Amino acid sequence: MNTLFDKIWDQHVVQQIPDGPTQLYIDRLYCHEVTSPQAFDGMRARGLKCFRPQQIFCMPDHNTPTHDQDKPIEDPVSKKQVDTLAKNAAEFGLTHYGMMSKDNGIIHVVGPEKGLSLPGMTIVCGDSHTSTHGAMGTVAFGIGTSEVEMVMASQCILQQKPKSMRITINGTLGKGVTAKDVALYLMAQLTTSGATGYFVEYAGPVVKALSMEGRLTLCNLSIEMGARGGFIAPDETTFDYIKGREYAPKGEAWDKAVAYWKTLKSGDDAVFDKELCFDAADIEPRITYGSNPGMGIGITETIPTEGGVGFEKSLNYMQFKSGQQLLGTKVDYVFLGACTNGRIEDFRAFASLVKGRHKADDVVAWLVPGSWAVDKQIREEGLDKVLAEAGFEIRQPGCSACLAMNDDKIPAGKLSVSTSNRNFEGRQGPGARTILASPLTAAAAAVTGVITDPRTLL
Amino acid sequence: MKQKFNIITSTCVPLPLENVDTDQIIPARFLKATTREEKFFGDNLFRDWRYNADGTLNESFVLNNPTYSGCILVAGKNFGSGSSREHAAWAIAGYGFRVVISSFFADIHKNNELNNFVLPVVVSETFLSELFDTIAKDPKMEVEVDLPRQMVTNKATGRSEHFDINGYKKHCLMQGLDDIDFLVQNKDKTEAWEQANK
Repeated sequence: MNTLFDKIWDQHVVQQIPDGPTQLYIDRLYCHEVTSPQAFDGMRARGLKCFRPQQIFCMPDHNTPTHDQDKPIEDPVSKKQVDTLAKNAAEFGLTHYGMMSKDNGIIHVVGPEKGLSLPGMTIVCGDSHTSTHGAMGTVAFGIGTSEVEMVMASQCILQQKPKSMRITINGTLGKGVTAKDVALYLMAQLTTSGATGYFVEYAGPVVKALSMEGRLTLCNLSIEMGARGGFIAPDETTFDYIKGREYAPKGEAWDKAVAYWKTLKSGDDAVFDKELCFDAADIEPRITYGSNPGMGIGITETIPTEGGVGFEKSLNYMQFKSGQQLLGTKVDYVFLGACTNGRIEDFRAFASLVKGRHKADDVVAWLVPGSWAVDKQIREEGLDKVLAEAGFEIRQPGCSACLAMNDDKIPAGKLSVSTSNRNFEGRQGPGARTILASPLTAAAAAVTGVITDPRTLL
Repeated sequence: MKQKFNIITSTCVPLPLENVDTDQIIPARFLKATTREEKFFGDNLFRDWRYNADGTLNESFVLNNPTYSGCILVAGKNFGSGSSREHAAWAIAGYGFRVVISSFFADIHKNNELNNFVLPVVVSETFLSELFDTIAKDPKMEVEVDLPRQMVTNKATGRSEHFDINGYKKHCLMQGLDDIDFLVQNKDKTEAWEQANK
């Protein structure tokens, strides 16, 4: 009761269906090429137009190659999916940021950076990592394609109201410990289903002290604990980030908006269905060892000696043994990017660690900015030069090796240290073995060629 | 796609694994389709478990074992975790499953199943583990899923359990209606909300 989640949700209720779901109004629908074509087909089959086309924003990101984007996509099936989005957006009168447009990038990176995702909004996308936008103080969640069609048709969605959970993280993060490590720690504590059925509000001194980029990373990973979404009450950090962005309110509208946004917080008397508290002192740089994001350890710890159903299957897939320490394990690939860690701060962190060092010869490193805006800033800050001197090249923006729908596939059996969000079997390519980690831990692996505690290099 | 639901009685296909994620149900490389051809997705359901890396059948996987058949999939807890891809529900429906029984479903996937007229039935851990045991003993045993009464019955042991579904969704499934029909009919309410929240 009286949580920020209640406030935003309740304000958007169009009607409550008796013994049924809520009809919830949606402020923004984001569409990418993978989960939208069948929704557009459905609209055509029903003879419908988009109800509020100006509230729908489209961009391809999953299939986009990370090189030669100015040339036609080589894979004809990927090309068709990307072209279909452009055609559908034109037919239905929707904003479309095509490949190579300076506005393009991963949808969850672009939304906040253009000021499209604003505090107090409801936001959906056919993508489970839509929770990312919760960092802006929004109720944002992933939906299926039928639900995408619902929003296109009516700007509303039918949903059961989730329960609310608050996760408070006290203390101060240690050196070399990032928002990604916090999220990986939470997943290991809660497991991949520990927050299923809940919307999570992140709070406490650690969260308050995070930059916007760090908050976006934390909220991005809410789904990996099963949560439908996660968010952070907006504050000065949020307002400073939004101010001046393309779609941010301007002038008088800005003052009015900020005054409203300042009211967006849980009441002192707020009651959550569940409250959890953690201490930053317990969090060190984290890595995963298994085939779901909840199977994680502190980088200096050893793999547990037992787990639930599927534990052995998972270790067999990863070619690890229970009780094994992973420090010193040879790494084949390093991936920096994804909607989880493809923002400017992630590139700054990676560059800060590799500066004055050199990429290990036998490591293949893919550095993929989350958007063209991130790419531009990397160059403006001269990070491209630091990275080039250390033997790293920057690729073109997109989801890339996070789910390997383009050509960026980790070969079978190869071990990848990845800043993405999922280490499921085959996620980065059939047979690929994925270790999830922060940009600092990825950088440490990239320069040493083995799993390395980044704190030893800072 | 749209079909009416009532009472289903069938043998089961057991998948006693936990945390079966949507990347296993349908790997990302099959998400490039721009149409909703259920046969295509059904053919690639659990693709990397059904086939070996060289493209040959993995005969040890349950879908390739002729002992098991039916339109009810029985899976371990936290079924459908991970990505929001509705393609996972299309694959399950396309393969011919009408019901998935588990002790716990991931949220988005559960909605996706319902939106594709596949019924997710949540049962207790006790019911589920007994069901796995009975299927192992007799693969030809049947389960009855009675949507009107919201009851699921293990016909080998006689154990029955009530399952939850909200009245609205139950009505939709039994009548073969979907949410878009409802929302389009309620546009006046949406416009009223917009007026009030300008």
